[in-house]
Amino acid sequence: MAEEKYLLEMTDITKEFPGVKALRGIQLKVKAGEVHGLLGENGAGKSTMMNCLMGIFPPTSGKIVFDGVERQHYGPRDALEFGVSMIQQELSPMQDRSIMANIWLGREPVNALGLVNWKKMYEDTKKVLQIIELDEDPRTLMKHLTVAKMQMVEIARAVSYNSKLIIMDEPSSAITEKETQQLFKIIRQLKAEGRSVIYISHKLDEIKEITDRVSVYRDGTYVSSANTADITQDQIIEMMVGRSVENLFPKVKVPIGDVVLEVKDLCHESLFRNISFTVRQGEIFGLSGLVGAGRTELMETIFGLRQRKSGTVRFKGKDFHPTCGKDSIDAGMAFITEDRRGNGIFPIQDIEFNSTIANIDAYVGPGRLLNLKKMREDCAEYIEKIAIKTPSQKQLIKNLSGGNQQKVLVARWLMTSPDIIIMDEPTRGIDVGA
Amino acid sequence: MQNTNKASAISKFLGTYGILVMLLALVLVMTLINGISFLSLSNIQGILTQGSIYGIMALGVTFIIISGGIDLSAGSMVALAAVVSSSFGQLATASNRIFPFLPQLGIWAPLLVALIFGGLLGALNGAMVAKLKLFPWIATLGTFYIARGLAQVITAGKPVTQLIPSYSKIGGKIGILPVPALIFFICVAISWVLLNYTKFGCDTFAIGGNIGAARVTGININKTLITIYAFAGVMYGVAAFVFAGRVLSVNPGAAQNYEMSAISASIIGGTSPMGGKGTIWGVIVGTLILGTIRQGLTLMAVDAYWQQIAEGAIIVIAVIFAMMREKPRN
Repeated sequence: MAEEKYLLEMTDITKEFPGVKALRGIQLKVKAGEVHGLLGENGAGKSTMMNCLMGIFPPTSGKIVFDGVERQHYGPRDALEFGVSMIQQELSPMQDRSIMANIWLGREPVNALGLVNWKKMYEDTKKVLQIIELDEDPRTLMKHLTVAKMQMVEIARAVSYNSKLIIMDEPSSAITEKETQQLFKIIRQLKAEGRSVIYISHKLDEIKEITDRVSVYRDGTYVSSANTADITQDQIIEMMVGRSVENLFPKVKVPIGDVVLEVKDLCHESLFRNISFTVRQGEIFGLSGLVGAGRTELMETIFGLRQRKSGTVRFKGKDFHPTCGKDSIDAGMAFITEDRRGNGIFPIQDIEFNSTIANIDAYVGPGRLLNLKKMREDCAEYIEKIAIKTPSQKQLIKNLSGGNQQKVLVARWLMTSPDIIIMDEPTRGIDVGA
Repeated sequence: MQNTNKASAISKFLGTYGILVMLLALVLVMTLINGISFLSLSNIQGILTQGSIYGIMALGVTFIIISGGIDLSAGSMVALAAVVSSSFGQLATASNRIFPFLPQLGIWAPLLVALIFGGLLGALNGAMVAKLKLFPWIATLGTFYIARGLAQVITAGKPVTQLIPSYSKIGGKIGILPVPALIFFICVAISWVLLNYTKFGCDTFAIGGNIGAARVTGININKTLITIYAFAGVMYGVAAFVFAGRVLSVNPGAAQNYEMSAISASIIGGTSPMGGKGTIWGVIVGTLILGTIRQGLTLMAVDAYWQQIAEGAIIVIAVIFAMMREKPRN
C-alpha cells in the first residue's frame, strides 16, 4: 500500500523541440521524504524533464501528478506554489542585488501599504541563512560572493520556498568537498522534515552516498529505477551508457618526453605566490585545490590573460611572456576555460564558427578572404573524430547539451594543434560517457 | 601593499561618491570662473528649473534602463503629449483652437490628459517590447518618428498658443522654489518608493539583472515591462505638462534631443546600461551635473558646440567612475 504512495508521478512524458525529440515517453516516480537520484549521460533528457516539471515549458504530452492532483498547463509560479522548487545547474543570480533580494525575488514580503518590507526580509533571510549555516550579511551584493557561496544562496532560496520537492540540478558541480558535505547535511535535514529531493549529479559516489533511489535515463528514454543500496556503481554506469564500461578511463600509453612547460616562482599581485612546477611532453598534469585556491587565476596568468608580478615561465625551452591570449595560441598553448558560458562558447553562432574561431588565421586565403570550404571540412572532421552529437554543423551551439558544447570547445583547441592543453574544470556539468 | 590599499580605497570612494565629487567639483570650478554669482539664488533656481524637465524624464528612463531597455522616443513623446495636453488648456477665445468643440477647461484638464495620454504612449512602447519581442531601441526608434510626426499632424505644424492663465503658474515659483523643481521632487519621491519599496521595483531589477531567473521565479515579465514603459510615459506626460507651462507656446518640433539629455542624466547617475542596476538619487545628481554644466557654460558664453563636447566628456568620465565601483572586491 505505502509502496504506491508517490509525491510525484510523471508518466509517458514526451517533449519535442523543433527538429529534436528530447523526451520519448519517460517516467519518474518520487516518494515523499526520499532523495531521488536522476542519472543519465548528457542529452539523456534530465534537465528537459525537470524544466517540464517546473513549468518552464510544457511537455508535448504526458501526465504529471503531484501531491495527488493532476497538474496541467502551469507555469513556474504555479509550480512553486504547489510545492516544487529548483536549483538551476547554471547559476543565474542578479549580481547587483543583495542576497535577500535574490532569495525573495518575486515574493517580497509587503507591509499593510503594499510596500516591500525590507526589515522583515532581512530578518527572514537571516533565519534561512542560519539554517544552511551561511555566515553572510543578507545585504551583501551577490557579485561579492564566491561561486560556492552563490550556490549556497540558491539552496537557501529553495529552502525558503518551503517546498515539498526540491530539484537540485548538479548542485555540487562548483563547490568544494567540504561544502558538498554541508549540502548533504542540509539535504538530510530536509528529508527528516519529510521533504523530497531530486538530486541530479554525475558524481556517482555522491549519488551512492546521498540518494535513496535512482532513476536512469538514456537518449530521452527511461531505462529503470532501483534502490540505491541494491546496485553498484558499475551497474549504474552500465544502465547509463547501455553497455558495460570495462575501464572508466582507458589510459593510452604514450612515452613521456622532455619538459614542455616550466613554471618557476610565479607570483601574482594578490592571488597566488611562488608557484613552481614542470610539465613534460605526453604527460597529464593535475592541478588541484579548493575553489578559490587560485587555480583558475594561475592558469589565466600562464596563458597571458592576467599580469604576473614576478617569476618565469619557460615553454618549449624558451622564455614565455604572453601579453594576450593570441601570443599563447600562436606559441602552441590551448586553454579550455572553467566558465563555459562566460568565456567559452559563442552561444548564438553555429558549431562551425565555434570550432574554428581560435584557429581562424589558418583559413585566411588569397585576398584576405576566408576559406569557408576548408573550415566546413575541418569542422566535419572533428565532429566525427570526437563524436559530437548534433544534427548538423550549422546547429547553433546553444542548442547542444553541455557535454557536446564542451566537445566543440575541445575541437576548437585541438584545431590549433597545441603542444599543451590547459583544462580548467573540464568536467563541470558533463558526465562519464563524454 | 600600503599603496595598493590606498589606491583601492580611493577607487572605492570615487566609485561610490564619484559623481557627487564630480558635481561639487563642477560647482566649484563654475563658481571660480563665473564668480560668486554662480551660487546666487536666481542661478540655482535657473539650474533647477531647466533641469527639472529632463530630470523628470530621466526618472522614467531610469526604470527602463534598469530593466535592460532604452527609450529613444522620450523627446518625441514629450512633444506629442505637450501639444495634445495643452490643446485642452487653450482659452475659449483662442483663435487657433485645436479642439474647437471643447469648452474652456481648468488646468486639471491638460494635466490629466498629459498623465493619461503619456501613460498610454509609454504602454504602447512597452507592448511592442513585451508582446512583439522587439528590441527596445528598435521599438522606440519607431515611436521616436511616429510621435513626432503625430505632433506635427495634429497641430498642422503650428505651435499651440493662447493657453489659460493658470498655465503660467506651472512655470513660476512658490516662494523661492520654482514649481518645475517642486514637481520634479514629487516625481523623485514617487519613483524612489516605486523602485525600492514595491514588488514592481524588485521585478524591474530582476528583469534587467537576469531575465531568465525572473522567468523561473514566476515574475510576469510582459506585465512588468508594459508597466515600466507606461510609468516612463506618465513621467514624460508630467515633463510635457511642465514644459508647456514654461514655454506657454508649444511647438510640435520642440523637445528635440531631450531623450538624450534624459538618458545622459540617468547614465551619469550610475544607472548601468547593461541593466539590473540604478538609483534614484543617482538620477538627481546626474540631472544636477548636467544642469550645472549647461548653466555654467552658458554664463561663460561658451558656444553651444563646445557645450556639447563638454557634455560628452562628462558622460564618459561618469561612466569611468561607475566602472571603478564595478571592480570586484577581491
